[in-house]
Amino acid sequence: MDGLGQIFRREHGRLVATLTRIFGLHNLALAEDVVQDAFLRAAEVWRYRGVPAEPAAWLLVAAKRRALDALRRERTARTFAPELERLLESEWTAAPTLAQEFGATAIKDDLLRMMFTCCQPRLAEEARVALILNILCGFGIEEIAGAFVSTRTAIEKRVTRAKKVLAESKLLFDVTAAGDFAARVPSVLRSLYLLFSEGYHGASAQAAVRAELCREAMRLTAAVLEHPFGAVSATYALAALMCFDAARLPGRLDESGALCTLAEQDRSKWDRALINEGAILLERSASGRELSEYHVEAAIASIHSRAARIEDTDWRMVVSLYDQLMALKASPIVALNRSIAVAQAEGADRGIEELLSIPDAARLARYPFYPAALGECELRRGNAAVAREYFLAARALARNATERAFLDGRIQHCSPRTVGQPAVRAAV
Amino acid sequence: MNQFVFLYRGGERPASPREGEQTMQKWVAWFKELADKGHVVDRGQPLEPTGKIVHSRTKAITDGPFAEVKDVIGGFSLIKAKDVNQAADLAKGCPLLDRGGQVEVRPVMNMDM
Repeated sequence: MDGLGQIFRREHGRLVATLTRIFGLHNLALAEDVVQDAFLRAAEVWRYRGVPAEPAAWLLVAAKRRALDALRRERTARTFAPELERLLESEWTAAPTLAQEFGATAIKDDLLRMMFTCCQPRLAEEARVALILNILCGFGIEEIAGAFVSTRTAIEKRVTRAKKVLAESKLLFDVTAAGDFAARVPSVLRSLYLLFSEGYHGASAQAAVRAELCREAMRLTAAVLEHPFGAVSATYALAALMCFDAARLPGRLDESGALCTLAEQDRSKWDRALINEGAILLERSASGRELSEYHVEAAIASIHSRAARIEDTDWRMVVSLYDQLMALKASPIVALNRSIAVAQAEGADRGIEELLSIPDAARLARYPFYPAALGECELRRGNAAVAREYFLAARALARNATERAFLDGRIQHCSPRTVGQPAVRAAV
Repeated sequence: MNQFVFLYRGGERPASPREGEQTMQKWVAWFKELADKGHVVDRGQPLEPTGKIVHSRTKAITDGPFAEVKDVIGGFSLIKAKDVNQAADLAKGCPLLDRGGQVEVRPVMNMDM
């Protein structure tokens, strides 16, 4: 039955995107209403009559019918896109014209059009991501709030304002203009990266929701790759990064749902098929001259995925890659991850040195994994009491039950009886 | 066993495709549970929220239904159960109840009485 949920969300994005092209961007709300109605109808009818053999096809027909109804109702009240005047000429032209507009060739780029439109400069990054989730992935306001650990009101405001900006833009992004396309790819990739990160590293307590965010980000990145202008080096690199990280998702939690560090993970649970796919995509990304942050992050993720055990990881290479990443996008979090890699490559003393000299470390003040990393290093040095203090500090910053349970475990580990434990645990 | 009609009244519509799909799955599960225990005569039909009313005496036709939103019948099912108490008990599992709706349970008149 979970497959059905995915179909709903996938079709939501496609249908809204196509209807928005047909009705015009300023009528986005109407497009959403039509699709919403079709879906609610499906949910009601199917509960009595069962799910049809081709749910996507059924939804398409239902959406077309309701679109025709909407056109009839609204023809006098609204303006529609001028190119589609034929739709409004008469009852006779409406249905066949609509059928054409829903044809395979016509709808092919609609998803991308909508995605690129959402990633425009006038919108803040978080607004773009919220729009993508809402329009293209069929997430309701409540669901987005849950995923981002934000309030319903905040998300509602964000989405409503963003849609107003869209409506004012009047025109959907032109995916046939090569120059414009290339100029906007970075924002699109950034939004998809943020979406994926929210799923992979996010604070939401529900593992299932977060896995879904990762899946959606991967699906949309694949859609960008399918477009001739979108199949550029950076997109391949981002897609590779997502594959490598997503491959590790099954290993992140153990049977009881507890968080496992990289060192503890049962690597046999890692998705080999995804790792292989990532490797192929990484190779394809090596074509151009540009080196983006995605290339470097994908390379790091690739090294982790290749190691059969944590001891086999080429940590020196990882440190060197983090050096490159810092040059591209210096941030306290990147510096933190680099320091952890240094601890692995050169020992706990060096790790602590690096951790304590992270520039702009104040920005990590609320991030639990910073004190946790210091705790791990101190533990490895044999200073259990100091480590315990760090873990307690980390625990106070934990964002959900899984993190709290994990840090409780580390605190316990530091109790006087268990002094002198071995391996440093790297971040997840 | 006797037959009963379940009339589904009111209830909040789902706010997003995801919610709609989750609600639908609950209904499917409930119907399956009833069917597995042998209580379903006919799963029934969903009803459009609009329609007409033909009035008494004058036979005038107006748009309907007039009922308040919370009373509007959204669908019906035909169920068989030992008695009205068992039927009402079975109705307790209806997902509509968690969305502010209610189930009206009406016994079908017994032919041999």
